[in-house]
Amino acid sequence: MASKFINISLKVWRQKNANAKGAIETYKLDNVSTDSSFLEMMDQLNEQLINERKEPVAFDHDCREGICGSCSMYINGRAHGPETGTTTCQLHMRSFNDGDTVYVEPWRAKAFPVIKDLVVDRSAFDRIQQAGGFVSVNTSGRTMDANATPIPKDDADKAFEAAACIGCGACVATCKNSSAMLFVGAKVSQYALLPQGKVEAKDRVLNMVRQMDEEGFGNCTNTGACEVECPKGISLENIARMNREFLKAALSAE
Amino acid sequence: MSKLDSKIPDGHISQKWADYKNHLKLVAPNNRPKIDIIVVGTGLAGSSAAASLGEMGYNVKAFCFQDSPRRAHSIAAQGGINAAKNYQNDGDSVYRLFYDTIKGGDYRAREANVHRLAEVSGNIIDQCVAQGVPFAREYGGLLDNRSFGGTQVQRTFYAAGQTGQQLLLGAYSALSRQIGLGRVEMFNRHEMLEIVKVDGKARGIIARNLVTGELERHSAHAVIIASGGYGNVYFLSTNAMGSNVSAAWKIHKQGALFANPCFVQIHPTCIPVHGANQSKLTLMSESLRNSGRIWVPKKKEDAAAIREGNLKPKQIAEDDRDYFLERRYPAFGNLVPRDVASRAAKERCDAGFGIEANDTNEGVYLDFSSEIRSKGKQTAFAQGDQSPSDEKILELGKKWVEEKYGNLFKMYEKITAENPYETPMKIYPAVHYTMGGVWVDYNLQSTIPGCFVAGEANFSDHGANRLGASALMQGLADGYFVLPYTVSDYLADEIRTGKIPTNTADFDDAENRVRDTINKFLNNNGIKSVDHFHKRLGLIIWNKVGMSRSEKGLTAALEEIAQLKEEFYKDVFVPGSSDELNPELEKALRVADLIDLGHLMALDALQRNESCGGHFREEYQDAEGETLRDDEKFNFVGAWEYQGHDITKEILHEEKLKYDFIKIAARNYK
Repeated sequence: MASKFINISLKVWRQKNANAKGAIETYKLDNVSTDSSFLEMMDQLNEQLINERKEPVAFDHDCREGICGSCSMYINGRAHGPETGTTTCQLHMRSFNDGDTVYVEPWRAKAFPVIKDLVVDRSAFDRIQQAGGFVSVNTSGRTMDANATPIPKDDADKAFEAAACIGCGACVATCKNSSAMLFVGAKVSQYALLPQGKVEAKDRVLNMVRQMDEEGFGNCTNTGACEVECPKGISLENIARMNREFLKAALSAE
Repeated sequence: MSKLDSKIPDGHISQKWADYKNHLKLVAPNNRPKIDIIVVGTGLAGSSAAASLGEMGYNVKAFCFQDSPRRAHSIAAQGGINAAKNYQNDGDSVYRLFYDTIKGGDYRAREANVHRLAEVSGNIIDQCVAQGVPFAREYGGLLDNRSFGGTQVQRTFYAAGQTGQQLLLGAYSALSRQIGLGRVEMFNRHEMLEIVKVDGKARGIIARNLVTGELERHSAHAVIIASGGYGNVYFLSTNAMGSNVSAAWKIHKQGALFANPCFVQIHPTCIPVHGANQSKLTLMSESLRNSGRIWVPKKKEDAAAIREGNLKPKQIAEDDRDYFLERRYPAFGNLVPRDVASRAAKERCDAGFGIEANDTNEGVYLDFSSEIRSKGKQTAFAQGDQSPSDEKILELGKKWVEEKYGNLFKMYEKITAENPYETPMKIYPAVHYTMGGVWVDYNLQSTIPGCFVAGEANFSDHGANRLGASALMQGLADGYFVLPYTVSDYLADEIRTGKIPTNTADFDDAENRVRDTINKFLNNNGIKSVDHFHKRLGLIIWNKVGMSRSEKGLTAALEEIAQLKEEFYKDVFVPGSSDELNPELEKALRVADLIDLGHLMALDALQRNESCGGHFREEYQDAEGETLRDDEKFNFVGAWEYQGHDITKEILHEEKLKYDFIKIAARNYK
């Protein structure tokens, strides 16, 4: 496949630190290969800035194969850019045209404060997980044999689909209420669907939802944007399942 | 007497670990809260170790440079995890897993360690299922398995092409539980930049808070390094951008020996390089070799026509295709171990049969059309359709493939804009895993007392070549089932020590070393970016310490790396300041260590006058191009001792490998 090269104009959010006031800066970038990923294009911009002895743009990234969930750019008004089912690192410049102007901003949400430029603090997700996103089983290696409890394939598959969430936060960034319901719903669902998770199901959903509210995430108003922008295609059904779990738990609470 | 005491216990191989474990010292529950443990890295090994030690009641501090422990690069492992469960009734056993791993490692791994790994492999699966890890299942509700390279049984457990993700999220959930309970204190966005020794023992670390830039002192009674491998020395690799050798290298500089650095795994199935701005390579899981057949055209002119875009792979007739793995290795076919498959692909491309239209023409096909047809037909029959149409077969076959490998096919299409259901994937070997690492004894303790090393960061279990689906197994084995015992044994003598103070000269010195290095980079006023040097380093190592090595190339590499090191310190430009989030500074500190490590790799490859596993020396091959080991002279672990700035001065120590339970033989997959 022959590479093409395009020239683009970038409008990038620059913010020195959490307390500084940010602003959009404009950069011209020439000779971008259409085979480059979006982050490789950002590398190219940074190399250019360094050569001009300017400070490069800070952004989160790590695996660059769509699984670690680090990358988190709001591109032309959409979480992870114009393609669906794609993280920023898997977005390629062939999705853009010569002469395009591309806006790049950080995730915007009260619960995800900006640290610098395009880097935001997503530790709220960790704290939600710490509140109940686990099965309370210690390491022993003497649990029962892995095949002692058959799990219907359909349940196992659905649990896996929910567990495929990469915790990138696109759902929050894209939601007009900055709701984390898709993220929390996915985790609650994974465990609710498996026999191992049933024992603590009630406490789990109550604790995780409480933590989610404390972190300052908004409510769900069923817009469904999160599902559209989720790079892993996590289904809205997981929010419905969490709501059922929550209701069940709340009604049966002492 | 060698400096290296591997502390391998006596007894029969199948009883060693059980007996040894029974006689290790314990720390009583009431004493554990008096003891602090630091864990650096939160991949499979680090997360599982931190969670397990936290559960036991120790005070654990865990560190990761990522914004969350869940993002460690174990997350990207695709294909699966091995375990000797024999659920498929195909003759698997602990012994066979042990044997396959030793053979796969080309007889350069320790018997005792590998047997222990095989013994606990089943426990890992039990543990993960209990934690709610959603492994793939069959319709009967039981766990499914698949095959991986270098084995003739189905012992690989998996979760689509995201097994590493699911296992890491399992370990992360166990870790999160301990953080929530206050048993583990988690330091996200922190990077360890120095180890602190007090009276020769590991007693703490200096970590940089990557957000504020502050240097922090953390003390502990033991330090566990689980910081992953050093594949990023090649710049282009399947590692994450942040993966680095620094934690391992810092302890090396403080006295931990570094073993077998030249043992690197080049994975056969990665997406070929696209151009100069490429930042990393993407793996296509080895599991695909269960279903895909690897080939290049038999005729050079066909390969050239494909590269020029005048021929499509589908137009090459079956008879004009060279399924070179099936041809050369009929017994294992496309499922030969990684080192063998990689070299075979290189051999074909070097001979002019490569099909990729990039600068080097390096690429071969991984073709799913046979599998699509055969599985499509099978599925149709299973559905009661005894004479399915061609379209039906293709439709059902593609669906079958999608269920097994859907995410990988999607990933491939995103990166290459080609549809692998319709046209074969183009693949080429890329750096993937490093078998070498910090030397550790049977307890996973380095030559610094109190400093343990786990997972890919240590050298211990894979010899000269790691089998597929064994990295996840080793990471979790180390963290869940080995360290909790061996670290406790070490800590049993520390219950009276008391809290380690951090306001001491040892901590002052360590912090000053870090501060000086940082200031030096920031005030260097150079002219070139860190990446500039990293890319040059990568090219030297890839060309001369890569898939094929020679005395001439390695000697040249040693000089080129020394030259690059000098230029790097003179000319590197690091913008920004030390008291803020500064990714360029982070990179500069990491690349400095990668340069030294690269130097040591070349040195190690040069001393090892044999070919084994991933280490292929052109001078040592048979008439068919297979590796020639020298068991007389090189049946040892080569562990290097740091001697200061000049890496060529490092001293080599040899740990002789003894095979009491396996008969050492030529490795044959034909």
